[in-house]
Amino acid sequence: MYEGPVQDLIDELGRLPGVGPKSAQRIAFHLLAAEPADISRLQEVLQKVKEGVVFCQVCGNVSEEQTCRICRDARRDPTVVCVVEEPKDVVAVEKTREFKGRYHVLGGALDPLSGIGPDQLRIRELLGRIGSDDIKEIILATDPNTEGEATATYLVRMLRDFPGLTVTRLASGLPMGGDLEFADELTLGRALSGRRTV
Amino acid sequence: MSLYRDACVVLRVQKLGEADRIITLLSQRHGKIRGVAKGVRRTSSRFGARLEPFGHVDVQLYTGRTLDVITQVDTLDAFGVGLVEDYPRYTAACAVLETADRLTAEEGEPVLRLYLLVVGALRALADRQRDASLVLDAFLLRAMGFAGWAPAVTECARCGEPGPHQSFSVQAGGSVCPRCRPAGCSSPSRETLVLLDALTHGDWAEVDRTQQASRREASGLVAALLQWHLERQLRSLPLVERRTSAGAVDRLAAQVREVLAERQS
Repeated sequence: MYEGPVQDLIDELGRLPGVGPKSAQRIAFHLLAAEPADISRLQEVLQKVKEGVVFCQVCGNVSEEQTCRICRDARRDPTVVCVVEEPKDVVAVEKTREFKGRYHVLGGALDPLSGIGPDQLRIRELLGRIGSDDIKEIILATDPNTEGEATATYLVRMLRDFPGLTVTRLASGLPMGGDLEFADELTLGRALSGRRTV
Repeated sequence: MSLYRDACVVLRVQKLGEADRIITLLSQRHGKIRGVAKGVRRTSSRFGARLEPFGHVDVQLYTGRTLDVITQVDTLDAFGVGLVEDYPRYTAACAVLETADRLTAEEGEPVLRLYLLVVGALRALADRQRDASLVLDAFLLRAMGFAGWAPAVTECARCGEPGPHQSFSVQAGGSVCPRCRPAGCSSPSRETLVLLDALTHGDWAEVDRTQQASRREASGLVAALLQWHLERQLRSLPLVERRTSAGAVDRLAAQVREVLAERQS
């Protein structure tokens, strides 16, 4: 146990996800030894992120303004919407530089074991966008795990007979850089069923 | 360090650190186990999708100080594949897993009967031969029997007088005769009691003859009994898609569908 503020800082850092007591101690002493200017900058950023960042009214992504940069960008295709679970998934898709449409962040996946059902996600907002905007295609980019697949199944069931709307799912299969013999049955099965002519 | 191997069902997964997960398993010989799967969240992980909920897997672990560490996994049955493609079955299967998790408070205590019940329920749900809601109710009734809370359906829960009796008391643990009847009893239909008995004993021919109204009533009684005994509601049970009317989101979807149809025409 350290005295007063140092222990308080270790305790607060230890509450962050993935930071254990040893890591918290290391970060605390790093901050203690840091230049005052560095600490001020960190303080400012923390203050800004809490006060200045809001969720985009259209897509639910993190934003500095009422609508995010992507939703404001007139060059993005408004007829194609990529549905993702979390804001960090938007960044992952953006990094590919392949997608030129817009996004819709659900805020999680259907997970009854954690008490998360359709009412807890931004599915109503998605339906609202489909009803009011001219959306032609919905790309389901939920995580390729049990909860993500169940969420995609739920959305497909809901959206499949919407007139004039195409619903697509990200392809799934073998990751680059792996060995076939170590691929699990589910992934290999998906890769086989989704094979394409070359 | 001691290595051991067992057949397990994956009950739940929790994120740990950067790329690891804590996997809660219900095993055949070692009861409930909590193990760490290192690097499982990376796309290049050798575990792949084997350690997802509903997976029936052959696992090798080594004993750790607080949590055991998962070293190898092989799939026995990939129940998850069929379950995630059908949302009502997925929600019912989630309730099966949560019930099993809640009924096994002690880690490392063998619970072979519950393990077999869970595997059977997941297989029945994934096979899509029977109604998901009925399979779930049958599992919950039998799981309560495993925990020592089997409801009395054919005799009085208090004095044991042979029935069938008209009154049903969740607090008393099932049907009650007119003499033992406490205040606030419900009066389920005769067919509902027959259904509860048939679900408990696996008499599916009898189950198939029952009406929707009785099935709804039986589901309500089973949920109330389970909640009474667990002293806390299961998080997944209210989210199970039963045969009842559509939810708020489904109703909104129907409205949007109409708007789009009008726009098209």
